[in-house]
Amino acid sequence: MNKSNSETNSILGYISAITGSLIKIKGLEAQIRLHDLIKITKHNILGEVIQIYSDYIVAQCFESTSNLRINEKVVNLNEPLSMELAPGLLGNVFDGIQRPLQKAFGLFKDGGLQRGLELPPLSRSKKWHFTPKNKNENNVNEGDLIGVVQETPMIEHKILVPPNNSGKLSFLSDEGEYTIIDEIYKLKKNNKEKSFSMLQKWPITITRPFKERTISNIPLITGIRVIDLLFPITKGGTVGVPGGFGTGKTVIQQSLAKWCDADVCVYVGCGERGNEIADVLKQFSELIDPKSGNPLLDRIILIANTSNMPVSAREASIFSGVTIAEYYRDMGYDVAVFADSTSRWAESLREISGLLEEMPAEEGYPAYLPSKLSSFYERAGIVKLFGNSESGTERTGSLTIIGSISPPAGDFSEPVTTTTKSFVQGFWALDAGLAYSKHYPAINWLTSYSNYPDYISEWWYERDITWTEIDIDWFDCRKQVNDILSQDNELKYIIQLIGEENLPESQQLTLFIAKLIKNGFLIQNAFDDIDNYTGVRKLLGMIKIILLLYKEGKELLKQGFLLEDIKELKTIIEILRINHSIRNEDFNKIEEIKNNLINEIESMKISYGVFRKL
Amino acid sequence: MSVIYKKIQQIIGPLIFLKNEHNAQYGEIVKIKTNDGKTRTGQVVKMDEQVIVVEVFEETTGISSENAEIIFTEDTFQVKISKDMFGQTFNSLGKPIDIKTKIALDSDILTEVQRDINGVPINPFAREYPVDIIQTGISVIDGLFTLIRGQKLPIFSVQGLPHNKLAAQIASQAKVISEESFVIIFCGIGIIHDDAIYFLKRFQETGSLQNIISFINFADDPIIERLIIPRIALTTAEYFAFEKDMHVLVILIDMTNYAEALRELSTAKEEIPSRKGYPGYIYSDFASLYERTGKIKGKKGSITQIPILTMPNDDISHPIPDTTGYITEGQLVLSRDLHKKGVYPPFEVLASISRLMKDAIGAEKTREDHADISSQLLSSYSNYLEVKDLISIVGEDGLNYEQKNLLKFGIDFEQRFLNQKEDENRTFENTLNIAWDVISNLNPNQLMRIHQKYIDKYFQARV
Repeated sequence: MNKSNSETNSILGYISAITGSLIKIKGLEAQIRLHDLIKITKHNILGEVIQIYSDYIVAQCFESTSNLRINEKVVNLNEPLSMELAPGLLGNVFDGIQRPLQKAFGLFKDGGLQRGLELPPLSRSKKWHFTPKNKNENNVNEGDLIGVVQETPMIEHKILVPPNNSGKLSFLSDEGEYTIIDEIYKLKKNNKEKSFSMLQKWPITITRPFKERTISNIPLITGIRVIDLLFPITKGGTVGVPGGFGTGKTVIQQSLAKWCDADVCVYVGCGERGNEIADVLKQFSELIDPKSGNPLLDRIILIANTSNMPVSAREASIFSGVTIAEYYRDMGYDVAVFADSTSRWAESLREISGLLEEMPAEEGYPAYLPSKLSSFYERAGIVKLFGNSESGTERTGSLTIIGSISPPAGDFSEPVTTTTKSFVQGFWALDAGLAYSKHYPAINWLTSYSNYPDYISEWWYERDITWTEIDIDWFDCRKQVNDILSQDNELKYIIQLIGEENLPESQQLTLFIAKLIKNGFLIQNAFDDIDNYTGVRKLLGMIKIILLLYKEGKELLKQGFLLEDIKELKTIIEILRINHSIRNEDFNKIEEIKNNLINEIESMKISYGVFRKL
Repeated sequence: MSVIYKKIQQIIGPLIFLKNEHNAQYGEIVKIKTNDGKTRTGQVVKMDEQVIVVEVFEETTGISSENAEIIFTEDTFQVKISKDMFGQTFNSLGKPIDIKTKIALDSDILTEVQRDINGVPINPFAREYPVDIIQTGISVIDGLFTLIRGQKLPIFSVQGLPHNKLAAQIASQAKVISEESFVIIFCGIGIIHDDAIYFLKRFQETGSLQNIISFINFADDPIIERLIIPRIALTTAEYFAFEKDMHVLVILIDMTNYAEALRELSTAKEEIPSRKGYPGYIYSDFASLYERTGKIKGKKGSITQIPILTMPNDDISHPIPDTTGYITEGQLVLSRDLHKKGVYPPFEVLASISRLMKDAIGAEKTREDHADISSQLLSSYSNYLEVKDLISIVGEDGLNYEQKNLLKFGIDFEQRFLNQKEDENRTFENTLNIAWDVISNLNPNQLMRIHQKYIDKYFQARV
């Protein structure tokens, strides 16, 4: 963000009015473009131009405007707010406008974030081991692979030709150690030679280009059972997670960031608690990725703009996060963005709109809330990328967005929740009632939805476990579970009138199975070492056993057995304990339990069957 | 240094409009001297090339466009801090006062430092995740919702409940188990005189006064001072925590008065209201107070906050408790029902939570069985409430053995674990022992949330 060269040959403007974080500037209106950055030179405060009039412009400052005076000098930086993109992003923590917070702490040991801090986002002196993967004299286009850097043990950082560039490789560095600003290659086009380092910049409000969108048929496996079975999300999908305070939004977001099968995660702490960021940092440095044996911090980028940090930088933060995510997507990775919380972001929009004295729409939010929200969620997707990989094949990458929403008083009819619903394909409604009864994750199975199951049923079908006793696939499991849970909901009202014991036994069985599903399958302990992540096979095994019991139970009732007999099957306790006692890799133990169940039912039939029929 | 102005253009509510003939700073503090000898304080909140708008922190009654002198101080709002402050009470402008007469004392404190009351936001990377406890001596807090150094844990109360008593008890009993210095900053926001005198009396009786710095904004003080006083209190706390290595507990009471002051001022400024007339920025504004809590890497001290608020109409979804709950790390909710039953402190335990507790308790910190027993108490108490509902349908005779046990447990839990005297200071050990004693009303096989080894060690069957 330091543009020393442009400062020198710019016309200077001056401050003519100050209200909150907004300043009016005179003298720059003739040459400045909308959304370009300005800098108040004396205090080193950055701002973004948000309105241009004939005789003045309005800019929002990214930092406190205390102590500013009328007539202080303002310079046009001639570029919009952009992200620096190069090796060094992973494992790092930035604020909403990409100032490196770790480095800032190194400078200010008292822990405060001083105003006017000017630091390059990425280290200019750190050396990276670059390996060229292309040849001199080759013609290359945007997105083509130049070389690679092993950024962390988990992620290979691909150095690609930046968007809108092409030409003949007239120079390519040898394998070796380079900083991100060292010259790595040169491209020659129309007799003009241009030099490139590993560092790219990209404006945060503009979507990075790709070849074309495709429809995703691969789920993002989260390890959370209620999500993976009932409300799945695809790689490249979008989900909104609304919930009042205490319903566990942040725990869900953090579990997902820890365990989901994306290659790179971008976690945007937007207007939330400072201690939560400290918690994320601590957990991710301590937790080890089971696949690679490296700390999870190696695959995550944190953007932290906590609630007490300046509001306009909060507004930028989710776009900053998604821009970095797109950059890794362009390398062909599956990237997930977690925005916690989009309500705080919307509030920052509302605050700025209020200062601008704009005509408010619902609840004081500006009328452009929907278009701003859609410009965020629409950057998700699975796409075919420009450029070819080393082997010359076409690459795809995906960007998934999971945004949490903090509706006031847990009321889902408020503008941010309703608007988000128009742009997301999945909706995980967190329920205060479930949280109160300690049912976590508190995803309400009646009000949540996902539009993705049809797209990904094929993927699940290929990974199905085949049990002859119960021949249903993932898609059928979903259908049956949904059916049982909705019957359970309907019966709830009848029970209040006539009591459970007055229902027919078949309906009592449905209630019993619904209870098993809730306690043995849907409830999941994010803090338990085994229960925190459920793999695909364990999930299918767990739900199929319960549905097998349902199927056999119905049959037994028909044959004249009593519900009491079914409820007393000893295997049921084992079924309830699968979640925290059997590891993902011990699938044979789940099969054992299934066999126990079958055997127990068979022996019950043999010993009592004849008697009951009489 | 300072420039003196005579000409006020307009006065609207708390706002004064001046012609901009002076190169003022945004946020600069101004003094307004009227010819009756009074001096008021205000701040520049808006300015352009023609006009400066000053928000006055005290009443604007009595100011005319002719009788006032406006002095620009060239400074933002600063507070003077010194270690002499302990045991004293200060008003919204940081002046020592006598609580009983409300008169500012002549004796000014010896200033060690001056600090801007808005502080500097803490770098999230610099935060250290809090894992050390504070002992309050109150079983329900220590046992079920342990307070952590660096946590912000509010109390949601309603009018008519003994939150003042509770606040005074916490202030006089709270301590860290290690020998480090621990102090209290007590900040009364819009509290009535009777309450202020009660607090002072309690602090004197318990002998804790020398450990406490009080800031009081009385109910009949100008509302705008309510917005200033918590910031003065927190700035003072930051100095003692991060420059003097102390553990500071800040008690803010009552945040509802603060929010109402914020709304009144926002209306005067003709801002667009959000829910229930509160400004849209109530979240950011609350956060600018609550987030001034925590620990910083490499520093010994910490700031812990207990904001206390009264829920208007007993409504937990009202913007004030709702916004607070979204920022704080848990909440402690008080219940009218238990209060009527004579239980003190009357905690609605199922609606309460301490989010930072999970990493701070257990062996070597409190006791190995702490997590299990607290989770079992909550779960069994929730079962007890279900059994109580059942009694109204089937009667006490219709209960089975387990349900009767739960009934005994529930009553014991409320009467012995929750209930304690306002000067009773229980140790952690004591609290956990009472917990086990209460849980012994149940059968060991009803204790699904406790590891068997702890049952073997601590469970004592009733004869």
